[in-house]
Amino acid sequence: MFLAPFGALFVAMYAVPVGYAVVESLHKMKRSGLGLTPPERVWAGFDNYRRALDDDALWSGVGRVLLFGIVQVPVMLGLALVLALVLDSQSARLKGLFRAAYFLPYAIPGVVATILWAFLYMPRSSPVVSMLDGLGLPSDFLGEDAVLWSIANVVTWAWTGYNTLVIYSALQAVPRELFEAAALDGCGPWRIAWRIKVPLVAPAIALTTVFSVIGTLQLYTEPRVLRPLTSTISADYTPIMSAYHQAVENNDYGQGAAVSVLLALGTCVLSFAVLKISARLTKGRASL
Amino acid sequence: MKPSVRSQVLTTAFLFLMATYFLMPAWWLLVASTKSSSDLFGSHGFWFADMNLGSNLHQLFTTDDGVFGRWMANSVLYAVGGGAVATLLAAMAGYALAKYPFRGRGFVFSIILGAVLIPAPMLALPIYLMLSKAHLIDTVWAVLLPSAVSPFGVFLAKTYAEAAVPDELLEAARLDGASEFRIFRTIGLRIMSPALVTVFLFQLVAVWNNFFLPLITLNDQDLWPVTLGLNAWNSDPNQPRANLVVAGALVSVLPLVLAFLSLQRFWRSDLIAGGVKA
Repeated sequence: MFLAPFGALFVAMYAVPVGYAVVESLHKMKRSGLGLTPPERVWAGFDNYRRALDDDALWSGVGRVLLFGIVQVPVMLGLALVLALVLDSQSARLKGLFRAAYFLPYAIPGVVATILWAFLYMPRSSPVVSMLDGLGLPSDFLGEDAVLWSIANVVTWAWTGYNTLVIYSALQAVPRELFEAAALDGCGPWRIAWRIKVPLVAPAIALTTVFSVIGTLQLYTEPRVLRPLTSTISADYTPIMSAYHQAVENNDYGQGAAVSVLLALGTCVLSFAVLKISARLTKGRASL
Repeated sequence: MKPSVRSQVLTTAFLFLMATYFLMPAWWLLVASTKSSSDLFGSHGFWFADMNLGSNLHQLFTTDDGVFGRWMANSVLYAVGGGAVATLLAAMAGYALAKYPFRGRGFVFSIILGAVLIPAPMLALPIYLMLSKAHLIDTVWAVLLPSAVSPFGVFLAKTYAEAAVPDELLEAARLDGASEFRIFRTIGLRIMSPALVTVFLFQLVAVWNNFFLPLITLNDQDLWPVTLGLNAWNSDPNQPRANLVVAGALVSVLPLVLAFLSLQRFWRSDLIAGGVKA
């Protein structure tokens, strides 16, 4: 059967790990009083979950990525939609060149992208900081308040082009006659864009939204790469960093697993919510 | 109706402005890779100083016994190996799900689709624990095995096979006495090839960019992919190896940029949104 090889690896790398994480999250290591014998793995029930839910640092990490997502995802997708519409419009020139320029960051790994931007954020090396200084605008991209938005900029830079391309391809799949007919009926380009094109690519927008939301919740690489360069990013800055910190740095697998399971559940709930909301919006618009 | 000159100029100006934003860090990287450590912090970032690209590259490939070359080779192995196997498995699975009716097919497909929604870093921790029990930590398998599974690839392959591979053709081949495997190899794979290039590029980029999984499963510096190595070099707040980090960043992005430019014609981004133009 053709399904078997994929199925076997899928079970090994997806189903088993999920089950394993759930089992592990219900156990903890018990150390004997004197620490002479090796710690023993014992049943913990929901202790790990209780501790996770009581952990203020985890909650502030969750709050941080939610705030990040509420701002960054709409900004990025709004920009991607505008770029796709403009690239699709008849006024645009040199489309291929611009498309390639926007898409370029997608081919640059998150680690490298963050390193590049880090050089552009640090006063020692950044031409941007020195130019802003020259204009009398002091900037502190890695400061306490700014650093989250500096990370948001890296993510936006890296993924806008990719999302633009997805929406642009959806636009290109629409038969051109539809727009010509609307234009003959006296519809201006703005009206065509907003009333016809946007509703038609709504499924593509919904899809990019879901993937962006998932991406936001697993925010890890960018803050982790910036962390050694600034004191404003803590070891548990985002939920994934928290899980890693517990499991690997503190050697508390049960706790790390519990945080992972909670995050996976949260992600599923949010993704489904986004899908449901967008399905409803699409329906509402179509009936207009 | 032709758009007015004014709107053409405004639109192009806007597109140009956005291109500046997206290209600025790349331009900085090109300029910075030609600079010595002191110029990197001492001269204007957006313009050239003394030409040191050659010596930077030489230093890059000789530092620590040329470990950077190893990292690049590892990245290529993980990305191309993982990508190729993942594509083949996804093609087989997608083809089976699209073309063989069997009980529980819908259920299997929704499980695979659900897995797309599970963020990779959340799987990485339990995978790390499992691999450490199987004594696979610090081996290439720790990265290759998880990289060879792509649920999203199965989704793309299935969607494409459903729309593009005609049942009549398979029936005709069966009547001619071809085995199921041969039909898949000669008809299925061939017709699905545009989708498979997309699946492959997708997985290639995903593995090349992966950071979390190798970070927790590989302690041995000789097995690191280039992303891990560059991060380690950059993890000192004083950045003593800044010129190597910059030159390494440039070298590490070239293969993917080149791969994209050459495969751009085959990249079917419309597939991502689930649309299939037959």
